[in-house]
Amino acid sequence: MSSVDMGMPILIVDDYKTMLRIIRNLLKQLGFNNVDEATDGSAALQKLRDKEYHLVISDWNMEPMSGMQLLTEVRADMKLKDLPFIMITAESKTENVIAAKEAGVSNYIVKPFNAATLKTKLSAVLGNF
Amino acid sequence: MAVTAVKEKIVAQLQQLHKTEGSLDPAEVVTIVESVIDSIEGDLTAVGLKVYADIEALARYINTARAEIAELRPDDINSEHLPAATDELTAIVGATEQATHQIFEAVEGIEALTEKMEPEIAEQISAAVTSIFEACGFQDITGQRITKVVTALQQVESKVDALLHAFGDDLKVDAPAKAPGKKKTTPSGAPARPDEDLLNGPQLPENAISQDDIDALFG
Repeated sequence: MSSVDMGMPILIVDDYKTMLRIIRNLLKQLGFNNVDEATDGSAALQKLRDKEYHLVISDWNMEPMSGMQLLTEVRADMKLKDLPFIMITAESKTENVIAAKEAGVSNYIVKPFNAATLKTKLSAVLGNF
Repeated sequence: MAVTAVKEKIVAQLQQLHKTEGSLDPAEVVTIVESVIDSIEGDLTAVGLKVYADIEALARYINTARAEIAELRPDDINSEHLPAATDELTAIVGATEQATHQIFEAVEGIEALTEKMEPEIAEQISAAVTSIFEACGFQDITGQRITKVVTALQQVESKVDALLHAFGDDLKVDAPAKAPGKKKTTPSGAPARPDEDLLNGPQLPENAISQDDIDALFG
């Protein structure tokens, strides 16, 4: 039996509505239905402070606050610092990945990706489901 | 020796030669020529003459280049061509986004119908729907790539602006100059995007690392 709460609140963050919709639908396909959205880091940070989420899936390249800045803010916040945080981005250079890892990202997915990759990374962060 | 004195000396030598009947002594001619060369060394050496010739050639080259650039109508590049290209690319992003969301609407409609289908068929339909969602990621990637191209065009525009300024009014440019690119800052003066240098957008296949390589970095 899965130890993962499929009803856990998840926050997805991306400035492209297309990508938000893709992630939301792929999460739905995987069984996660409790998904909220934000279109940049600062909006996401506000939502994270207003409501308890169990996972953040964020794009990197957003204005005005990027995913990296959001990650830094989350890790610096005593209440949020242990929140699982997955970065989904087209930034696939080694230095980007290392920078994200050093900032405390839980996992990293390169666009374009598929449902199987998303499931693998979610399992790595949350446990098998 | 003062220039006037040299001139007087050379004139005297030439007058003496003019009075000479019969053949000229080559040595006397050499002496006069050397006197002339010596007289110009103080103001302009042989090297100086070469530099002067080079500068003159450079000036001709610049004038030719300016004429050729003027023929290209660089003001049109900035006032028409680049904005048009930027608009076209922006339109592509908008159109593909709109089309993608239309696909989403249709696919979500299909997916909703799976509840009324036999489980086996519903599963197959869901798999196909998932595949369509995955494929629609193209819009996000192409959008980011086109945005990179638009940024490159804007840089070209600012270079053309700089060129127009360098050549001045001779090119009959009406377009106002753009300020050079400046990093955005917050009201406190801190960089708005401290990770700006890391942002390169989607990498070309030959420059990108794979998901497996990234996974390896995470141990």
